[in-house]
Amino acid sequence: MRIIDGLRERVKEEKPADEEAVKRLLREEIAALLRPVASPLAQNRDGLTAMLIVGVNGAGKTTTIGKLAHRFRSQGKKVIIGAADTFRAAAIEQLQVWGDRTGATVIAQQAGADPAAVAFDAAQAAQARGADVLMVDTAGRLQTRSNLMEELSKVHRVLVNQLGRPLDEVLLVLDATTGQNGLSQARLFREAVPVSGIALTKLDGTAKGGVIVAIAEELKVPVKLVGVGEQVDDLQDFDPEAFAEALLA
Amino acid sequence: MFSNLAEKLQTALGKLRGRGKLSEKDVDEALREVRLALLEADVNFRVVKDFVARVKERAVGEEVMQSLTPGQQVIKIVHEELTELMGGSHARLQLTGRTPHVIMMVGLQGAGKTTSAGKLAGLLRRQGHRPLLVAADVYRPAAVKQLQVLGEQLNVPVFSLGDKHDPVDIAGAAVSHARAYGNDIVIIDTAGRLHIDDELMEELERIAADVEPKETLLVLDAMTGQEAVNVAERFNERLELTGFIMTKMDGDARGGAALSVKAVVGKPIKFVGVGEKLDALEPFHPERMSSRILGMGDVLTLIEKAQAAVDQEAARKMAEKLRTADFTFDDFLEQMQQVRKMGPLDQLLGMIPGLSGAGQLKGLQVDEKELVKMEAIIRSMTPEERANPSIIKGSRRRRIARGSGTKVQDVNRLLKQFEQTKTLFKQLGGKGGRRARGMFARLFQS
Ligand SMILES: Nc1nc2c(ncn2[C@@H]2O[C@H](COP(=O)(O)OP(=O)(O)OP(=O)(O)O)[C@@H](O)[C@H]2O)c(=O)[nH]1
Ligand SMILES: [Mg+2]
Repeated sequence: MRIIDGLRERVKEEKPADEEAVKRLLREEIAALLRPVASPLAQNRDGLTAMLIVGVNGAGKTTTIGKLAHRFRSQGKKVIIGAADTFRAAAIEQLQVWGDRTGATVIAQQAGADPAAVAFDAAQAAQARGADVLMVDTAGRLQTRSNLMEELSKVHRVLVNQLGRPLDEVLLVLDATTGQNGLSQARLFREAVPVSGIALTKLDGTAKGGVIVAIAEELKVPVKLVGVGEQVDDLQDFDPEAFAEALLA
Repeated sequence: MFSNLAEKLQTALGKLRGRGKLSEKDVDEALREVRLALLEADVNFRVVKDFVARVKERAVGEEVMQSLTPGQQVIKIVHEELTELMGGSHARLQLTGRTPHVIMMVGLQGAGKTTSAGKLAGLLRRQGHRPLLVAADVYRPAAVKQLQVLGEQLNVPVFSLGDKHDPVDIAGAAVSHARAYGNDIVIIDTAGRLHIDDELMEELERIAADVEPKETLLVLDAMTGQEAVNVAERFNERLELTGFIMTKMDGDARGGAALSVKAVVGKPIKFVGVGEKLDALEPFHPERMSSRILGMGDVLTLIEKAQAAVDQEAARKMAEKLRTADFTFDDFLEQMQQVRKMGPLDQLLGMIPGLSGAGQLKGLQVDEKELVKMEAIIRSMTPEERANPSIIKGSRRRRIARGSGTKVQDVNRLLKQFEQTKTLFKQLGGKGGRRARGMFARLFQS
């Protein structure tokens, strides 16, 4: 582990006086490791910002989309959401509630429809109506189910084809309560789709999401957002200093 | 399940297997690896410490060290202790006394409560009960609707008062409703909440005080890391849990949560969720799980699954055909479909002794996609070709490949596999094959 090596180096050089001082060094090392992967959400300034949201079951995908919709709407943007989770019971209705709450338009078909077809519809609608932001919600899936991961690749492919360019963000939503399995999630989702950033949810609990450090070290996937509750404004940009601080508190 | 942990444990213990003599140092060495494997799997460190100490104490005793097969003895001890760690034997739902029996589902957000509530209702209904599902999550958007959809799919009634009422009132009204309509079990789906959210935890206490649940099950995501025991302890302090449902066990969770909660909280895992389908909920058997982790397979669960999925009469006929090696591609297809009904292949294989963990499964990557391909190829054959594969030569192979959207090599491979299977069963028809054949037949018949 690079962190431990770095810490060892610095302990040797700086000879910290007490435990507090060692902790401070460790905090600095972690923040230093995370700083390069901390980055804000990508935005397409002169056109449509297109995002695909992926993750395991119950990670917080739909809620994060709802919070993002709120953020974009309060910036006066026109937001379209594609309801491509056609599998989980009432997933479409859940998204529609968020649409009503935030004033975003939800593009949906019936339950059981082909998710790629919904994504296609949503992309087309976003283009035709001159939307500023397109977000496509997907069904939760365990990263080990290869056929479902294949389905996800297809949804992504369809979006890229329709837009004629890469997406601005493919966001992996990760539950902070997850332990080391988060690393497996990041690895396998990245094999299926080009994950461009992570949204770490449920940091309002007692879990600190330490697995982010391992992910940053191994995969260098940027961390973009953190979820800190269930309300529309419980979403923050990722702050490596604050994160390192909380991790060691 | 827990394949990483399984692999590490099996490697550590494998070094002891078959050894005629063991020194205390050998045992220490193996247990050191066991300890690391458990810690890496996110098992709580106190639990690991106690576990290793218990195994060590028993393993270095006179009897073990001086037995003829000390290595085997140590493995047996690990197996027993692992079983004990997870609760010893299967803990059933305690539904006695006056009906309706109330089961309360509680847990963190996104753990899988609603789906598990539905699955449990389905399971109880199949056992002849008349469950009522109760939509008491009034917070998450469309949570009520989600339960209603599940109820419809399962043909189980759902009680709801929308999302404008206090969950305590909803629960109370649901119990009266169950009494009036003759439902013997009431399953309450509560909203996900953080264990540190005092206000919402109090809401659960009030529901419990009001409806006096016989079972209060904490639904826990198997992928939860070290947090699992914290969460479980906090919920247990407030609610007196009666057990756990571990969800998402079909993924590659490391196992820490499942191995820790019983030891820390003292309450057993009663069910595990193993997939998104509504029948993917299994009673939890510590002994079987321990066998799977140590690579000894889980033939019992496999047989139960076969019994549930396979049509008895068809199975008898199939066994007969296998015996006489007189089976065709039609039979092959039918058999494949029967097996697939039992569940995802990698899960099934993990139940076969010697096939779980420890690398074997990796070499034997069974891909669901591969099965879909095989099925497409067979479906592109004419009835005549299926009955008599030897006529499938060059041009037919090309046609079949085109028809099924595969390559000629794929068709060739399938034909070869088919021939090999047939030969295998012919050989099994001989004397030496009797036992193996018997086992196979039993699997599909019993
Ligand atoms: N406390 C807390 N809860 C959250 C947070 N983000 C999401 N949740 C809750 O987690 C639960 C699951 O969230 P969803 O947004 O439905 O998760 P999902 O990934 O879309 O789930 P599926 O579509 O079922 O796979 C809901 O109860 C959310 O309210 C967060 O940051 N903090
Ligand atoms: Mg969702």
